[in-house]
Amino acid sequence: MQDYLKVGYITLENLDFPENDIIEKHFVAVTECVQEIPCNPCVTSCPVKAIEMKGINGVPKINFEKCVGCGNCVAVCPGLAMFLVNIRNGKGRVSLPYEMLPLPETGNEVFLLNRVGERIGKGKVIRVFVPDEKFYSAVVTVEFDDVNLVKYVRNIEVIK
Amino acid sequence: MREIKNHPILRFSRGERIKFIFEGKELTAYRGETVAMALYRHGIDVFSESAKLHRPRGMFCAIGKCSSCMMRINGIPNVRTCILPVQKGMIVERQKGLGDKPERTAKFMPPIERNEKVTIVGGGPAGLSAAITLKKSGITPLIVEQNPLLGGQLIKQTHKFFGSKEEHAGTRGIEIAKEMVDEVKRLNIPHFTNSSAFGFYTDRTLAVFKDNQLVKIKSDYFVFATGAAEKMIPFEGNDIPGVFGAGAAQTMMNVFGIKPGNRVLMVGAGNVGLIVSYQLLQAGVDVACVIEASPKIGGYFVHAAKLRRFGVPILASTTIKRAVGVSRVKKAITVKLDEHFKEIPNTEKEWNVDTVCLATGLIPSVTLLAQAGCEMKYIPALGGYVPLRNRLLETSLKNVFVAGDADGTEEASTAIMEGRIAAFAIAQKEGIDKTSELNETLDELKRLRSGPFGKKILSGIAEAENARLS
Repeated sequence: MQDYLKVGYITLENLDFPENDIIEKHFVAVTECVQEIPCNPCVTSCPVKAIEMKGINGVPKINFEKCVGCGNCVAVCPGLAMFLVNIRNGKGRVSLPYEMLPLPETGNEVFLLNRVGERIGKGKVIRVFVPDEKFYSAVVTVEFDDVNLVKYVRNIEVIK
Repeated sequence: MREIKNHPILRFSRGERIKFIFEGKELTAYRGETVAMALYRHGIDVFSESAKLHRPRGMFCAIGKCSSCMMRINGIPNVRTCILPVQKGMIVERQKGLGDKPERTAKFMPPIERNEKVTIVGGGPAGLSAAITLKKSGITPLIVEQNPLLGGQLIKQTHKFFGSKEEHAGTRGIEIAKEMVDEVKRLNIPHFTNSSAFGFYTDRTLAVFKDNQLVKIKSDYFVFATGAAEKMIPFEGNDIPGVFGAGAAQTMMNVFGIKPGNRVLMVGAGNVGLIVSYQLLQAGVDVACVIEASPKIGGYFVHAAKLRRFGVPILASTTIKRAVGVSRVKKAITVKLDEHFKEIPNTEKEWNVDTVCLATGLIPSVTLLAQAGCEMKYIPALGGYVPLRNRLLETSLKNVFVAGDADGTEEASTAIMEGRIAAFAIAQKEGIDKTSELNETLDELKRLRSGPFGKKILSGIAEAENARLS
């Protein structure tokens, strides 16, 4: 039995992560959907067919070279398990689905949270994309100084 | 204040205020609000007292399945207040024990009889899908629903659905409900709401209580899409108000915009426990912890990860030992379990919570079928006693079908498909050729259940189908 089913969070060794030279070019999608569940909206929402899945119960596999970082999969994923990562001008950036109130605004300073909700730094919101909430989640993009954090930032806490 | 003002997904459009009397005091409710919800919104937790020990009792399931919310309404005892909309001037009293006979004879209308082609009991995803499919095949069914609203439990599912496009994947459950209910109305499918089917007799008469009147329904075909009820588990203090089914908490916050409490202990890390915990956070309620008796999380990992990211702990191999409180939960005590599910001494932990939510499984609602003599079997993989049926969901009673959680607890996408299968099977019997649509739906359902999460349900279904054949 995989340990993540005991504790409810996953560690990097269980995940595929793109090399820095790819994410330095543009945003790239990463997935934390590691269990065979019947679900495929990420595949059908991808405009460049960068996500592969063997049957409806397969696990998504992202072709990092093909991915254009559009973020469709982040907004659509019912499990909120897709993220975008990018390194630009020496700064790390992560786009994540966010379904809580208050929704941050561009320019807000926020705490960066890891996979267990611990504060691991501060960052700035550089984009908030609010699609039709009937079908999609809002997608918040944060920027921060420590580029290594692109592997760890998976949630934010709005500073009140 | 328990009213939710702002919500990241939902907008609550509350209707006009109406006045009613509770224990001699005037209170207000929003139009469409049920008695239980109106009381709860006003901070009233205790609805009745138990018959022998006079212990305070509140609601538990909030969807008309259990008897925990029964009160005295306009002098009539044992009325389920969670499915009864408040009416102007209604007199609501706490019930003491079993309830006294009404002082004055209530004005019941004389019974009426109806003859139908197809009667569908239950207006949730399975029932509505059966109704829509039948109507589109040229047969007009009647839907009987005990709740004030059609849509079953979909009306509180604010999360996006899994599956593929054909199963509305990526769409929030509340939107699927809206689509289906709109279609029922657009197709002019007759439906009774606030109408409880309380008896199904061997002469195939369905007894329904509607608008203070008994309606006796005879029908060529029946589809029982009666859903499932949340399981209570034994622990000290499990009857204290503030111990709810997780689905009840979901009904309160997502249908009626009412916070179930301030701080919750969630018991069970299956999909229901994980999803409802996340929705509690969205409603502005603190989730202290999710506990799970088995050594691993039973629901989808992604739902667990969503919670962990907000710092909510999930403790496996842990159960609830005791809820503490008199008229409201004040604390809960958990304890760790060893690999044999035995308590490990000195591992108790105290949690300051005012609410305990039980997400410990669902039991198919099958009493009507059992009453009419349908062959039943206890199949744990399906959640308890279920009717035996064939591949097309026909039970041991000819022309009586079952669909959705009532034949084994699963989820809404499969319920929708099962409703469709039962409808196509009825259409076939009526000489309308639906072979290709039927096979398509059967294949789709098979595909959806083909993953590791489908294994258990498939083993249960095989047992129910084989027993039906033998």
